Amino acid sequence: MIGGLFIYNHKGEVLISRVYRDDIGRNAVDAFRVNVIHARQQVRSPVTNIARTSFFHVKRSNIWLAAVTKQNVNAAMVFEFLYKMCDVMTAYFGKISEENIKNNFVLIYELLDEILDFGYPQNSETGALKTFITQQGIKSQTKEEQSQITSQVTGQIGWRREGIKYRRNELFLDVLESVNLLMSPQGQVLSAHVSGRVVMKSYLSGMPECKFGMNDKIVIEKQGKGTADETGKSGKQSIAIDDCTFHQCVRLSKFDSERSISFIPPDGEFELMRYRTTKDIILPFRVIPLVREVGRTKLEVKVVIKSNFKPSLLAQKIEVRIPTPLNTSGVQVICMKGKAKYKASENAIVWKIKRMAGMKESQISAEIELLPTNDKKKWARPPISMNFEVPFAPSGLKVRYLKVFEPKLNYSDHDVIKWSSSTFREHLPGPSTQIDRPCGSSGSRLSCLCSVTTHAATEVQNQGTSTIKLLFCWCLTTCIIS
Amino acid sequence: MTVGKDVSALFPDVVNCMQTDNLELKKLVYLYLMNYAKSQPDMAIMAVNTFVKDCEDPNPLIRALAVRTMGCIRVDKITEYLCEPLRKCLKDEDPYVRKTAAVCVAKLHDINAQLVEDQGFLDTLKDLISDSNPMVVANAVAALSEIAESHPSSNLLDLNPQSINKLLTALNECTEWGQIFILDCLANYMPKDDREAQSICERVTPRLSHANSAVVLSAVKVLMKFMEMLSKDLDYYGTLLKKLAPPLVTLLSAEPELQYVALRNINLIVQKRPEILKHEMKVFFVKYNDPIYVKLEKLDIMIRLASQANIAQVLAELKEYATEVDVDFVRKAVRAIGRCAIKVEQSAERCVSTLLDLIQTKVNYVVQEAIVVIKDIFRKYPNKYESVIATLCENLDSLDEPEARAAMIWIVGEYAERIDNADELLESFLEGFHDESTQVQLQLLTAIVKLFLKKPTETQELVQQVLSLATQDSDNPDLRDRGYIYWRLLSTDPVAAKEVVLAEKPLISEETDLIEPTLLDELICYIGTLASVYHKPPSAFVEGSRGVVHKSLPPRTGSSESAESPEAAPSAGQAAEQPAVIPAQGDLLGDLLNLDLGPPVSGPPLAASSVQMGAVDLLGGGLDSLLRSDVGGSPAMGGSGFTAPGPAAPAGMGAPLGSGLGDLFDLTGGVGTLSGSYVAPKTVWLPAMKAKGLEISGTFSRQVDSISMDLVLTNKALQVMSDFAIQFNRNSFGLAPAAPLQVHAPLAPNQSVEISLPLNTVGSVMKMDPLNNLQVAVKNNIDVFYFSTLYPLHILFVEDGKMERQMFLATWKDIPNENEAQFQIKDCSLNADAVSSKLQGSNIFTIAKRNVEGQDMLYQSLKLTNGIWVLAELRIQPSNPSFTLSLKCRAPEVSQYVYQAYDAILKN
Repeated sequence: MIGGLFIYNHKGEVLISRVYRDDIGRNAVDAFRVNVIHARQQVRSPVTNIARTSFFHVKRSNIWLAAVTKQNVNAAMVFEFLYKMCDVMTAYFGKISEENIKNNFVLIYELLDEILDFGYPQNSETGALKTFITQQGIKSQTKEEQSQITSQVTGQIGWRREGIKYRRNELFLDVLESVNLLMSPQGQVLSAHVSGRVVMKSYLSGMPECKFGMNDKIVIEKQGKGTADETGKSGKQSIAIDDCTFHQCVRLSKFDSERSISFIPPDGEFELMRYRTTKDIILPFRVIPLVREVGRTKLEVKVVIKSNFKPSLLAQKIEVRIPTPLNTSGVQVICMKGKAKYKASENAIVWKIKRMAGMKESQISAEIELLPTNDKKKWARPPISMNFEVPFAPSGLKVRYLKVFEPKLNYSDHDVIKWSSSTFREHLPGPSTQIDRPCGSSGSRLSCLCSVTTHAATEVQNQGTSTIKLLFCWCLTTCIIS
Repeated sequence: MTVGKDVSALFPDVVNCMQTDNLELKKLVYLYLMNYAKSQPDMAIMAVNTFVKDCEDPNPLIRALAVRTMGCIRVDKITEYLCEPLRKCLKDEDPYVRKTAAVCVAKLHDINAQLVEDQGFLDTLKDLISDSNPMVVANAVAALSEIAESHPSSNLLDLNPQSINKLLTALNECTEWGQIFILDCLANYMPKDDREAQSICERVTPRLSHANSAVVLSAVKVLMKFMEMLSKDLDYYGTLLKKLAPPLVTLLSAEPELQYVALRNINLIVQKRPEILKHEMKVFFVKYNDPIYVKLEKLDIMIRLASQANIAQVLAELKEYATEVDVDFVRKAVRAIGRCAIKVEQSAERCVSTLLDLIQTKVNYVVQEAIVVIKDIFRKYPNKYESVIATLCENLDSLDEPEARAAMIWIVGEYAERIDNADELLESFLEGFHDESTQVQLQLLTAIVKLFLKKPTETQELVQQVLSLATQDSDNPDLRDRGYIYWRLLSTDPVAAKEVVLAEKPLISEETDLIEPTLLDELICYIGTLASVYHKPPSAFVEGSRGVVHKSLPPRTGSSESAESPEAAPSAGQAAEQPAVIPAQGDLLGDLLNLDLGPPVSGPPLAASSVQMGAVDLLGGGLDSLLRSDVGGSPAMGGSGFTAPGPAAPAGMGAPLGSGLGDLFDLTGGVGTLSGSYVAPKTVWLPAMKAKGLEISGTFSRQVDSISMDLVLTNKALQVMSDFAIQFNRNSFGLAPAAPLQVHAPLAPNQSVEISLPLNTVGSVMKMDPLNNLQVAVKNNIDVFYFSTLYPLHILFVEDGKMERQMFLATWKDIPNENEAQFQIKDCSLNADAVSSKLQGSNIFTIAKRNVEGQDMLYQSLKLTNGIWVLAELRIQPSNPSFTLSLKCRAPEVSQYVYQAYDAILKN
């Protein structure tokens, strides 16, 4: 198991050192500093073995977190734990920086004592931890409170405490998708997959039971032809999900047997699920780059983007980022639409368009002056990237329903569910995105990454059963073309 | 926390603050105690009172805190006081306290294992597995697993269907970490039949959708392991295979560090069961922003998945990668193209043309790497792509790395008859002969000799020049030897020389870098752990007893496997013959025991053990002969034939014997070594300071009929080391390397490589002082280094060192008394049976055992590789930890070293 945990700053000075096992000596701290932080070459592996001691490290801004062990530990678990540790620290004091760590070091030691016992990770849900690890000094709790804390920390629903109360019960749902696209130089799509995340923000009272449904092909097919009339409406009714993973609050055995997603949500923001699809991906934009080298000191770039969706829909906040070589001395840009600027600090031309309807195209051309260099190091030719918002999801994912049921407080009811699913269809054209990108001078290879955010907010008000209002807003489609 | 200052002086003052009501402050005081108690053990006692009091506190948080902290204070005196509070906390009403106490048992066990056993904590811990709270169960499982690991023999975690059922229930309810503990523990369970395996698999499968990658990987481990037991005809088997792919692919969208862990594991899974991911090639395509370690791993997996169906895509990708910026990555990509050519025959032509395109880029390292792989392609498809040689020759001047130069020279020599100016080309290399690395020198020598044999008329001068350079001006023994051999061959019989030098070469195999099957099976049992990241068994990087237990995949049950593993058949036949022989020998021994040397003490147990001995012996021999007759298989592969105990094997032999043999078969299958010969820990033989940065540590080991020298070479210098070679000086027992020292890749700075060098005893003999002294010379591209080491004599004890009983008596009397030497083996607490089984592992055979006036007398024999017999009498008094060892031998000078071997074996 984990033998010790160290946190270093960028210079390699130890900020936090907590040793759990006897086999980890004092010299382990230095061994890592010398061999990894101060190593001359780039780090070639996140796992390093120095003198029979294994070090796992992750880096957050310029802070190094390293876990040490001498045993054959579960490596995946150690990394998962390190990420979790970062999440917990972020939840407590914001950004992980040297200053924040120094200011909170008592707190960090306290956390380390609680979430790692003899190298075994224990409950590390922030919600639960915050009930008894506070920075205010614990007021003497009553006996009930104490046992409530312990039963929560060890209980089956360790991620949520009892007795949460909100005046307004609200639940927000975001669908964020990123498209990864690989194109051949001829413009043929080699592979494309969407990895999506469903992020929830829940502000609900009590212990609500939630049920989440989407247009998953398997479920739809199971339900049979009863809903056959619906299929005609929007063409693509269901999507084939290749794989999905869930937050620990979701009952996996239930998903396995019935494919229904039911859970008691933690309070606040969390990632409910991740999914991956590869079939029938809608690509909203097409990027066609042309790069021409004119002599050794000049580069001509032309980029065309074409929107590839229904003309009635609008894409917004489009931002195209065209990387330029490091030895760029000046850039002249001409674009037909939107604004474009060369940002020397970022080594890129940034082109912004506020709105663009479907089935349109726009282009930018730029002349890049280069300083002659004899630097032999090649330019890595980073990909062109693109961000935008569109009102549909590339994967075609749609939220079918989100049911909330709280047995004691009773702020939810069947009406909500029906209502919500119908509103959804009309209002939420769903967001989606697509991208392509070209790279470097030859323009030979395109691979794209695009992310889309669908944002649906469900507001459930606790004013009796009939006046429940649902709001859906969609938002943010971000797409990075890599 | 203290900015590096030692604040232990404040100990008494801090302890005074312990009894505060402020929980925050209390925690800080406890933290202080954990850090400093060890340096002030006497003062730490002062804290005990408060701990005991806190363990009774009404607040469960404080009770847990106290018991948690006490376990972390590693002071012997404190542990005694810990027992009572711990016992209470294990039965506490609050689950938070119980789960903390469960871990505390593991802590205490680490400090004082005996205490934990005496106090009966282990039983309490076992009870906690049935606790109502899932988190308590998870922690108890974790603690028990850890304790069980340090006692491989004890049956602590005796998993049975009932307890497995409890664990599976808790699995659905506990935290993500708890699920990992439980899944890792489940992986150690051996289901009794395929039906049970399937039902466990069914209940573990939902975990594949967990957001925590470690849970997913641990679940994959359980499934991969239990899948072994399922019949391939089963529908469920196919379903399971299908279910495994998506989660593995999803792991690739995790954070980069986890991707790395996942990829290393996928590499293993792909080798074990290629069918799982064969359609998923695309997900392993490298992304622009992947960290370099992810890129390199993805590349590896791409090659493993390459097949005729997807080769076009793979090649297009690889070609793209070859134009990237990172040098290592580019090199690996170029090499990968070559490996594709060798793996997928239909694609060879395209690969070669891709490589030629890359050579046209004239990027130095790309060209060199391409030439190295083209050499391999030539060896796989001889006489097919020679048209490219011209292109290669154009780049001759740009080659500056030894490997590329050697490859090029090999090509020129091999195809000398088709290259018009081969002599000029080789001559140009010859100019700087002495500056070249050994690899190039050797290659150049061979190439020129080849050239001479092909075009004798015009190259006579050249060949003489190179021969004289190699033999007269070089101080490298390998080079000199090779030079002399060629010279003599050429001068005595040119026709024979032609046959030798220009002999038909065997084709190289498709996959050269596959992990050896037994190791692969073991690593599959370690999915998700460090072992699977390093691709090494835990014993290679874990100290002490932990992790030394070898894990092996469960044998497949069901009916179909006898057809699919033809190797099972011969092993079954082998086993079936044995029953007839073994009882005979057992009887014989039994009879012999009654003959003289007093009455047998305990008939049945002794007889049983001797039967087993006989079985070991026979099996050893049998295994050897099987291995030798095995045409191409490596020893380990031959051994793996035994993993599946064919259903026919136990049938037809007596029940007890059958089970005995079954055990033995497990032994062979799992580890590949039959006799558990004692291996001393590695020691540093050649410190880095003395050898320009090369550190060598090593040890000797003996496995069935073979001695090997296990070396670890560590490069502590700043430059890359390559071209390793090893030689021994003449020594007392004629030890000599049986194979050249194989270091496949150059050793980069701060890297180490482990090598097992097989030895034989047919070298030339010279008596050394001390007798077991071995002088070794190791060479690399930097220099030649010398060191000497003492090898333990027991590596020379041969398997047939068991003397017949009468023989023993006769010989004992025959050897004059002045040849007898007596030694004391001190501080050894083993009993007679343990001693004899331990010694037997190292080929010291107990011939008889006698009990005289409460003392156990063991009569033993052993034989050295050069045929010297050593007879021993070992006297063990139950009350006295010192044994008396009397050795008789015709060559009394070995006695002292035999004693040293005894001493080492018994104390380890």
